[in-house]
Amino acid sequence: MGSPVNRYIARSPDVAARRIGGELMIMSGRDSSLFSLNETAAALWDAADGTTPLAGIVEREICPRFDVEPAEALADAEALASELASHGILVFSEAPIPR
Amino acid sequence: MKGLMQEMGDRALALGIPLAVHLDLTYRCNERCVHCYLDHEDHGEMTTAEILRVLDDVAGAGTFFLTLSGGEIFMRPDLFEIIAHARKLTFVVKLKTNAVMITRAKAVRLKALGVDSVQVSLYSHRAEAHDAITKLPGSLKRTIEGVKRLREQGIKVAFANVLMKGNEDDYGHVRALAHSMGAGFSIDPMITPAMDGAREVLGLNIDAARLAALYQDRTLAPDTPEPGAAPAGPVAPEDAGQMVPCSAGHTLAYISPYGEVFPCVQFPYSCGNVRQQRFADIWKDSPQLAEVRSVRLADVEGCSTCVHGASCSRCPGLAFTEGNLRGPSIQDCERSYAITGVASKNLERRRRVIWLAAPAA
Repeated sequence: MGSPVNRYIARSPDVAARRIGGELMIMSGRDSSLFSLNETAAALWDAADGTTPLAGIVEREICPRFDVEPAEALADAEALASELASHGILVFSEAPIPR
Repeated sequence: MKGLMQEMGDRALALGIPLAVHLDLTYRCNERCVHCYLDHEDHGEMTTAEILRVLDDVAGAGTFFLTLSGGEIFMRPDLFEIIAHARKLTFVVKLKTNAVMITRAKAVRLKALGVDSVQVSLYSHRAEAHDAITKLPGSLKRTIEGVKRLREQGIKVAFANVLMKGNEDDYGHVRALAHSMGAGFSIDPMITPAMDGAREVLGLNIDAARLAALYQDRTLAPDTPEPGAAPAGPVAPEDAGQMVPCSAGHTLAYISPYGEVFPCVQFPYSCGNVRQQRFADIWKDSPQLAEVRSVRLADVEGCSTCVHGASCSRCPGLAFTEGNLRGPSIQDCERSYAITGVASKNLERRRRVIWLAAPAA
C-alpha cells in the first residue's frame, strides 16, 4: 500500500446517495446495502473528487472542521476511506482518478 | 430495533420529504394485458427535456428512490438518456418492464449505468397462459430471454406475478422459475380499477375461496396467521389518531407521462402538473396532497375500531376509487376476510346494504 499522502479517493459511480434531513445516505451498487455516513465520512465523500490527494483533503476539509492534528487526522481518514472502499462506496487509487 | 431503512423513512415522513417517486415514462406498451389499468394511446407524453428537468427538480426535493415504469419503458427511445441523467443525480433507480425488448447490449448498458433492480411482469410459466394475458404471441419466451440477459450482467431481477382468473394456479411454478434464475418473486392477487375509474376489469379478480387459499399458503407468507386464527384486533385509540394510512402523498409521489402528479400510482387524485408548476411546489403546496395527508386512521369510518385494524393494509387509493378518501377500501376488507374468515365492520355493513337492496324473491 502506498503512502496516504499520495493516494486519491473518488466517489464510486455505482452508488446512490442523498442527504435526508442533513444525513448522508448511501446505497451500495454492489448489494443495495444502505449506509448512513457520519459527519467525517460525509466530508470525505463530498471532497472525494479523484484529483485531490487524500492528504490535501484532510488538510483542507478535515483538520479545520474537526480540530485535529494533521498526522492523526490523516491516519483516521486513511482507515475510514479504506472501510468505505471495502463497501464499494469510495474508490481508492495511487494515481488521480479521471471522471 | 429499527433498521436504517425504516429510520430513513421515518425521518423523511417527519420532514415531509418525497423519499420515493414513481415516474411513468409512457403509457404506450408492446403488450395489451387483459387486466391493465392504462390507456395505451399517447396523449402528449413529456419530452426528453421535460423529463430531465423534472428529474432535477425531484432530486432537489430530496427523493432518493426513483422507479421508472410505464407502459413499457423500452418503448421510449430516450430511455437510456433518462436513466443516465437519473444516475448522474445519484438516485436509486428501479425499473419496471416486461423485459421483452431487452437485448444483450441493453442489459450491458443498464449494468454500466448502475440500475439498482428490475421488476419484470411474469404471469405464468406456461406460454399459453402468459401470452393469453399479454396478448403478445411469444411474449413469455422473449421475457425469459430478457431476464436471462439481465441476470448474466448480475442485475437484480424480481418477478411480479399478478394473479387473476386464468393463471391463479401457476404461482408455484413461477416462483420455482424465479428461484432457478436467481430472481426474486412476489405475487399480487388484486386487480384494481382502470385509471379512468372503469371497474369492469375487476371481474378478473380470483374468487373469494381461491383468494383465501392463496393468503393461507404459508410458503408465500410465513407470517400469515393460521387458518381460523383470531383477527389482530383494532388499533389502539391513541395510535389511530396518529397513524397515517400509508406512504402515498406523505413520502411517495407518482408522476404520469403527461406530468400529472398523484399521491401514488394507485391513487388517481390529481394534485398538480409539473408542466405548470415545479414538483417541489406541488409537493409542498397542493391542497389535494394536504387533504390526503390530513387523513388519520381515526378518521376512517369503521376502520378505526375494526377487528382487523392492527393488521389491515387499507389502501387509501383504492378507498378513493371506491368513492371516499376517508372511507374503507372494500377490496382490502375482502383481503382481511380471505385471511381470517372474519368479516370487517365495513364488509358487514356493505353486505347488509346489498341484502337490503336485493329485490324480494
